[in-house]
Amino acid sequence: MLTWIALTALLLFSLATYMAGRRKALATTGGKSVLLHSLPGYYGSYAALWVGVPAALLILLFAMFGGRLEAGLLRADPPAAVAALTAPQQDVFYDDARAIAHGGQPSETIYAGDLKTALDAKAAKSTQLGDLIQFGSLALGAVLALVGILIAYPRIGPQFRARNKVEGWVAGLFIVCSVTAILTTAGIVASLVWESWRFFQAVPIHEFLFGTEWNPQIAMRADQYAGTGAFGAVPLFIGTFLIMMIAMVVAAPIGLYSAIYLSEYANPLTRSVVKPLLEILAGVPTVVYGFFAALTVGPIFRSFFNWIGAQLAGGSLDGLAQYLMQVQNQMALVAGAVMGIMLIPFVSSLSDDIINAVPQSLRDGSLAMGATRSETVKKVVLPAALPGIMAAMLLAVSRAVGETMIVTMAAGLQAKTTLNPLDTVTTVTVQIVTLLTGDQEFDSPKTLSAFGLGLTLFVVTLMLNIVALRIVQKYREQYD
Amino acid sequence: MPSQRDDAMAHDTASAPVHIAVDRAHASQPAGAIKIRARDVNVFYGDKQALFDVSLDVPENSVTALIGPSGCGKSTFLRSINRMNDTIAGCKVVGRIELDGEDVNDRSIDPVVLRARVGMVFQKPNPFPKTIFENVAYGPRIHGIATGKAELEAIVESSLKRAGLWAEVADRLHQPGTGLSGGQQQRLVIARAIAVSPEVILMDEPCSALDPIATARIEELIDELRNQYCIVIVTHSMAQAARVSQKTAFFHLGKLVEAGPTGEIFTNPRDSRTQDYITGRFG
Repeated sequence: MLTWIALTALLLFSLATYMAGRRKALATTGGKSVLLHSLPGYYGSYAALWVGVPAALLILLFAMFGGRLEAGLLRADPPAAVAALTAPQQDVFYDDARAIAHGGQPSETIYAGDLKTALDAKAAKSTQLGDLIQFGSLALGAVLALVGILIAYPRIGPQFRARNKVEGWVAGLFIVCSVTAILTTAGIVASLVWESWRFFQAVPIHEFLFGTEWNPQIAMRADQYAGTGAFGAVPLFIGTFLIMMIAMVVAAPIGLYSAIYLSEYANPLTRSVVKPLLEILAGVPTVVYGFFAALTVGPIFRSFFNWIGAQLAGGSLDGLAQYLMQVQNQMALVAGAVMGIMLIPFVSSLSDDIINAVPQSLRDGSLAMGATRSETVKKVVLPAALPGIMAAMLLAVSRAVGETMIVTMAAGLQAKTTLNPLDTVTTVTVQIVTLLTGDQEFDSPKTLSAFGLGLTLFVVTLMLNIVALRIVQKYREQYD
Repeated sequence: MPSQRDDAMAHDTASAPVHIAVDRAHASQPAGAIKIRARDVNVFYGDKQALFDVSLDVPENSVTALIGPSGCGKSTFLRSINRMNDTIAGCKVVGRIELDGEDVNDRSIDPVVLRARVGMVFQKPNPFPKTIFENVAYGPRIHGIATGKAELEAIVESSLKRAGLWAEVADRLHQPGTGLSGGQQQRLVIARAIAVSPEVILMDEPCSALDPIATARIEELIDELRNQYCIVIVTHSMAQAARVSQKTAFFHLGKLVEAGPTGEIFTNPRDSRTQDYITGRFG
């Protein structure tokens, strides 16, 4: 609360500095802003930045990490009674001391005698430290703000290049923002690699990549089946591949043909209606596709195949009939088909952009030769757009491989090495979800295997994206 | 083609006074029957009218130049001859354009067949992103003109020869057509157009993206092609119109102001607007 008041005060103070800086700049030239190097506002901003930014950063840092600082200081020179406790008991003790000091809810531990005295002493110390840190940080912030004024204000004058300095601050802000994204990515990769490395210490990498049995549940019990053998990810890769192929069989032709229709055949009115509709499809959350797959498409497909089975039963194809009659809701075909529908707008919108990028002069050239529209599309437009369309397909593949919700809800959990689309299969993403949801220990190979899967997935999709983007880039250069 | 001659041509193109070229054009008077007969052609782009009652006769085996300031409708007129305006949404052509006495806008005329008879060369060279051979073979292939590989190769070779490009590309027929220079690309596009043996070739400012040497080559080519084809060329260069054409039509603000033998238009125009335009007072 106090922090917010302090920050508001700081904001007002730097606004005042802005006014003052602006006025001083104008005063030095007798009110003629033409004689200043920069516009008057830049002088004000320069002073305000020096006043506001360092102090605000300091106050925020203390607000975020002050609690930890306090907890650390509180543990200095522990009383003898506390030192005798075990480490977890000490943690509880200090948490309780801080809870009492800051009006929180202490645990139900009963403290008596020396411990009670120590607790009260530490609680009082905690209050004291907390106040010290809070007021100390605010005071330090005030000092920084004043130092800021002392640095910035005297510099203001007609020759001073305030604009360049302010632009420097803004450039710094941009750099911080972009570095944040890069650092986050690097952090994600690092955590993936680190946890995977721990996993690969328990399970050799070649067994993970080439093993054909996936059964992480058994390996959880160390006294039984050892960690080896149950972590062969091949069934997952095959399941992922199977569903991806089914999805692409649905999405590639439909997406591409609708892109061709939209860019080459549709009149502007149709295009203005159909294109936004397709893009709405792209905005549907994948979990909704998941419902659709699990509750609508799955039962329909099952009853369809069961019906075919019933028709064939008793005939020469009785074996097949028996199989078809036992088909379940959860099958690769359902997940793949619904995922394909999800990918249609993705494929069509990318391909549409690429087909539109083919210069009109090529179409004119072909039409003027007496080619029909379809000959023009087949022999000139599509060959010219082919690299870009390939790239669009690769991007769609990488999305299909990484898609999670639909497969979680519609594909199943059983790891099977099969290419039968009517069978239930599982994918890399589904297994990651299953392995990591709920309370998990983060030191068993079972949980860590999720990171191994994640890393594999990351590497594969990264490769696909790099290849696709390279193709698109090369293709762009060709026409620009 | 010896480069010395190229240089001479370039010099000619760059600085030739109009009257010298006119004399050359005078030597061959427009002859032959009327190939294209346009009567009261009006073209609309949506609500905007681009052409007003244009009536023009284009003679066989000669070059007809369409000149006029930008936006005067000459390209629009050219594109309505092979119905390329059909590909522009909201474009409407009213009036009669006859090719050998048949109305090109008649329902019985298939624009695809029409465009095989009336070839077109565009302002910017637009070879397909295919090999040189495939570019020229494109038309014969889609129209099924050649019955075998040998015949197709013969057509490609003769088209490239007639376009004056064979000597330069004979040893690299299977390299991309887009790798040629601008002038070579434009001749490749002309070869592509004549590979389907059209009767008429429409050229929409074929030299505006080319340097003077390449322009001279194209003009020379147009002059050679005149013996076999009816050629209509839109140009912004008065000197070019005077050099290559036998008949000239002057368009202004969507109207055909004046048309006649090139020599007469350039030496003795009837309309003061033509006079002003060709002497450079506007445009």
